[in-house]
Amino acid sequence: MRYVDEYRDAGLTQKLLAEIRKTVTRPWTIMEVCGGQTHSIIKSGLDQMLPPEITLIHGPGCPVCVTPLELVDKAIAIASRPEVIFASYGDMVRVPGSGRDLFSVRAAGGDVRIVYSPLEAVEIARRNPEKTVVFFAIGFETTAPANAMAVLQARAQGLKNFAVLVSHVTVPAAIRALMDSPEVRVDGFLAAGHVCTVMGYWEYEPLAAQYHIPIVVTGFEPVDILNGMLTCVRLLESGRAEVRNAYGRSVRREGNVAAQAVIRQVFEMTDRAWRGIGVIPMSGYRLRAEFAEFDAEQRFPQVQAIATHESPLCISGLVLQGLRRPDECPAFGKECTPQSPLGATMVSSEGACAAYYRYGRRHER
Amino acid sequence: MSDKVDLLSWTCPVPLRHYPTIVMGHGAGGQMMADLIRHLFAPAFANEWLEQMGDATVLAALTGDRPDAQLAFTTDSFVVSPLFFPGGNIGELAVNGTVNDLAMRGARPLFLSAGFILEEGLPLETLGRIVQAMAEAARRAGVAIVAGDTKVVQKGHGDGIYINTSGIGLVQPGVKIGPSNARPGDVVLVSGTMGDHGIAVLSVREGLAFETTVQSDTAPLYSLVETMLAAGEVHCLRDATRGGLAAVLNELAVASHVGIEFEEQSVPLKPAVSAACEMLGLDPLYIANEGKLVAIVAAQSAEAILAAMRAHEYGREAAIIGRVTDTHAGLVIARTAIGGQRLVDLPAGELLPRIC
Repeated sequence: MRYVDEYRDAGLTQKLLAEIRKTVTRPWTIMEVCGGQTHSIIKSGLDQMLPPEITLIHGPGCPVCVTPLELVDKAIAIASRPEVIFASYGDMVRVPGSGRDLFSVRAAGGDVRIVYSPLEAVEIARRNPEKTVVFFAIGFETTAPANAMAVLQARAQGLKNFAVLVSHVTVPAAIRALMDSPEVRVDGFLAAGHVCTVMGYWEYEPLAAQYHIPIVVTGFEPVDILNGMLTCVRLLESGRAEVRNAYGRSVRREGNVAAQAVIRQVFEMTDRAWRGIGVIPMSGYRLRAEFAEFDAEQRFPQVQAIATHESPLCISGLVLQGLRRPDECPAFGKECTPQSPLGATMVSSEGACAAYYRYGRRHER
Repeated sequence: MSDKVDLLSWTCPVPLRHYPTIVMGHGAGGQMMADLIRHLFAPAFANEWLEQMGDATVLAALTGDRPDAQLAFTTDSFVVSPLFFPGGNIGELAVNGTVNDLAMRGARPLFLSAGFILEEGLPLETLGRIVQAMAEAARRAGVAIVAGDTKVVQKGHGDGIYINTSGIGLVQPGVKIGPSNARPGDVVLVSGTMGDHGIAVLSVREGLAFETTVQSDTAPLYSLVETMLAAGEVHCLRDATRGGLAAVLNELAVASHVGIEFEEQSVPLKPAVSAACEMLGLDPLYIANEGKLVAIVAAQSAEAILAAMRAHEYGREAAIIGRVTDTHAGLVIARTAIGGQRLVDLPAGELLPRIC
């Protein structure tokens, strides 16, 4: 496939790996912020090919994972209403709220639909005037322009039966929170290429200077990721805390100005809760007051006072950061197995605990 | 949610596994369906035949005048939406699906039954086209449809038409094919491009329609199996339907207590299927096929079987993709395009497009 295969080229990958090996002289901890990059790294097996000096930490850049429990519970409550058609991006449907998920709502007769674009949700609203269509507007800066555009389109079409449940978060705020945390040791960041395609990377320059860390705008294919990593390692080795763009075919410093204007027109900055992390000040978007009629939380005031219940967390956060080995968890192999997992690292085939469990069992045989 | 920012205990929220009701994921051919079978159906129906857990069940010693031959029996239900899709329709699927389940035990398909659940309001013209397609598919597969049933449900209680087919076939003397027969050193083959059917159906699904040239691969596979059996020593056969290649390889690795390794690059994919999967955020290894099989064969037979497959109309793009190992029993590992490796697990439930 053109424009994809060349960035998965084995020869180029080996060349970049060799260059990283040649450049690196001491241990570095690098965080890829974005879940899309984590997925690509695991899917291509890149994590096992890096020199031992480099520790990769997977960042909290998975939009469905950080959407707060309270919002998921609100989504479930709204989607359960008979007059509602609830539209969502696909993988949000399986994220559990306090005991239920959107699959369960569908099984109980709720109308939950998976859409690829929020504009599809607007179209569903146009075709179903007797229903209220609610779109779950989640994600980082990447999905924000399309989600904002859906609101603008609904207003332009005079739709009274369309609303959005907004849970938008932003990357720079997450980097700031990570760097302000005394426990987290990250030497450099790979910034998410698609977020920077929209927002540019000027926002990261003050962060790099303030925290004295290199931040490299990085794409999503193996060659892109290694290119970003090599750039980051070079900056680290020469002690430079700068922002570099290693995804030039998509990203400009100023970003997509038109998309930013759409975001600003519809959304404003607000404090946001991140699931499993806590409230990060000024870390997300909410609808501006003039778009209040499209705000699902205002349209369904009964979901405001919703009681949430998070199940006890395992230590997968620690495992993910290499601070604990999977078998150091007291639940490992007892309460927590791939058949009945307590944490994401045991659920996913790509998870450290699942791999550890299975390979460990193999040695016993 | 506390106000304190706690980055160290951050984790992805765990998807639910245990639902009090049936959800769509229970029918998706992945871990949830496997759990349902293992914990609910299998214990309730437990018997020596069901234990085979193959695509079809081989019933020994029911063939009086030919004690060396054995009957194989299977059933399958078809609930596809839309009913007509590029390259086929629900009628062809209903015949080929059951024919293929028999073929995967090395059984020559002989007789089918057909049960119809029709929704009030289904145009007779539509039913006629589906039944004609079934008749044509049965002729092509060399089977007779010898029993049937018809029920009608109220409007809104069905998706136009559901079809169940059951099938009986005859396992030829000396043929021993089953999911637990893979041995370390064996070679893994696929009979052609993966994911065509799933992408063809997705391309015309409401709300998702996109333009593609991909056609469903629905086809009866017994004649292909016959040529493979003549060419060499076949140990396991599976048709890679729901859950795709990934699910089949996992089931075989578990049933045979072996590991499986394959080269991702060697898996045949149509460029349009790769492109659609990239665009939709799906993994082609998990996409359904309706006319493709996965074979595990003795190493010394692999080249001869591959040649025989490629000479057959339903195996022209067959390929050797990997091998069976005596390490990591029960696990499937893919070598990636860039030379890395990853675990390829059973899908959990429904396939969902990723946002991130």
